[in-house]
Amino acid sequence: MPEEIKAHITGVVFQIPTKKGDKVGAGDPVIVLESMKMEIPVEAPRAGVVREIKVQEGQTVQEGDTVAVLD
Amino acid sequence: MRRVLVANRGEIARRIIRACRKAGLATVAVYSEADKDAPHVRDADQAIMLGPPPARESYLDVERLIHAARRSDADAVHPGYGFLSENWRFAEAVTRAGMTFIGPPAEAVRAMGDKTEARRLMTAAGVPTMPGSPGPIADPSEAEALGARVGFPLVIKAAGGGGGIGMVRVDKAADLATAFAAATRRAQSAFANPAVYVERYLERPRHVEVQVFADAHGTVVHLHERECSIQRRHQKLIEESPAPNLPAATKRGLTEAAVAGARAIGYVNAGTMEFLVDAAGGFYFLEMNTRIQVEHPVTEEVTGPDLVVEQLHLAAGERLSWRQEDIGQRGAAIEVRVYAEDPDKNFLPSPGTITRLELPAGDGMRVESGVESGSVISVHYDPLLFKLIARGADRDDALARMRAALTATVVEGVKSTLPFLKKALEHPDVRRGALHTQMVDQGAFR
Repeated sequence: MPEEIKAHITGVVFQIPTKKGDKVGAGDPVIVLESMKMEIPVEAPRAGVVREIKVQEGQTVQEGDTVAVLD
Repeated sequence: MRRVLVANRGEIARRIIRACRKAGLATVAVYSEADKDAPHVRDADQAIMLGPPPARESYLDVERLIHAARRSDADAVHPGYGFLSENWRFAEAVTRAGMTFIGPPAEAVRAMGDKTEARRLMTAAGVPTMPGSPGPIADPSEAEALGARVGFPLVIKAAGGGGGIGMVRVDKAADLATAFAAATRRAQSAFANPAVYVERYLERPRHVEVQVFADAHGTVVHLHERECSIQRRHQKLIEESPAPNLPAATKRGLTEAAVAGARAIGYVNAGTMEFLVDAAGGFYFLEMNTRIQVEHPVTEEVTGPDLVVEQLHLAAGERLSWRQEDIGQRGAAIEVRVYAEDPDKNFLPSPGTITRLELPAGDGMRVESGVESGSVISVHYDPLLFKLIARGADRDDALARMRAALTATVVEGVKSTLPFLKKALEHPDVRRGALHTQMVDQGAFR
């Protein structure tokens, strides 16, 4: 079952350490947001393969926005 | 100097504008598109838009700032803290543009910004430094040798920047390779410079710093110490002066070392020498901040003078207004920083709109705020909303006043550190002044 990974905070996409097809473990950072000078990782809720990254570096995301999809 | 461009935002921009007014100088504010309605913009005599909200396209853009200064006919620039305040290239660019940089010479900013060079210079000046590598280390084996000599834990730090950013603690030799790689990566990402160095790691130290001021005629004085041990992730939350329960010999050693260090590098204007103090009263140079600091008001409240006005006088080439023997400490003062962060979620940032703001007032209370009811707290900047400063006849008196002030303070619309601060000031270790830098991260105030 694909699972959407949502931002838990409003911020700007600072880094995208993963790409489509990458295997990730539970708790691995899928993207890193920057908010108020802090880097805040958005982590994979479980192990899986990254099906899609829905954001780009520099993009502003709101709390609750989907940032990636996990297979 | 006639007209000062304030290259900052928020409470410190307002504080500097106030000082300029006191000194009879005209002021120019700068702002990003996100800050067009910000109080600091209205406070100034003139305001110039820099660019889009991201700091690197506005408050961190040297060219746009110099251009704004030229356009507004400013002849001096005050950098405040954060942003470009410790960027020697900015100091140099301001000077090269024929304007006065209200701060130290660019060379002092550069030397103290290079943390291994700062260590070297301070050691040469007789200032105690933490045992560590004399310069950047090329591979983990150099750290291993140090570990064998002084013992673990060690800490690997970025050479290109301070403030605790990117530090990695190492508990045993086997962890060194991983820690070295992680620290190098963090240093590169935070400071665009992968160089790291290594020092002995102190368990539960205090952070005590000394405010220094120097003029261009060779006079250096200190304005006593500030205790800033209550921090989370190396960001200060509560500061006070005097430092409670500081042995007299340590206090004397700290202030003498601070003055000697500043003199050795030909320092001019306001600076802060930061130290770690161990349980036995031993102290070690941490870094020098070559700018006015967030917590400068606690020093003003116990020593008297307006430090930002003095910065303006010194930048204009005047002599220091005080001799060392004129500067005493009277009573006690404490400052709390109210951030838009959620203390229940590990201080996660909380951007949004302030729907209601009530600030304390009264005898012995001072408020330095960059926001008001209706302010939008943007994701692009530091989450500091305002600072409260309480003064008292002694420490207990100042603490009591601050506890009452926190009860009278209301922030709605964004989460703030207020509940954390209330808890912290009730804590028995805070009440008796038994502080160390790890108490927040170790969960003392949960």
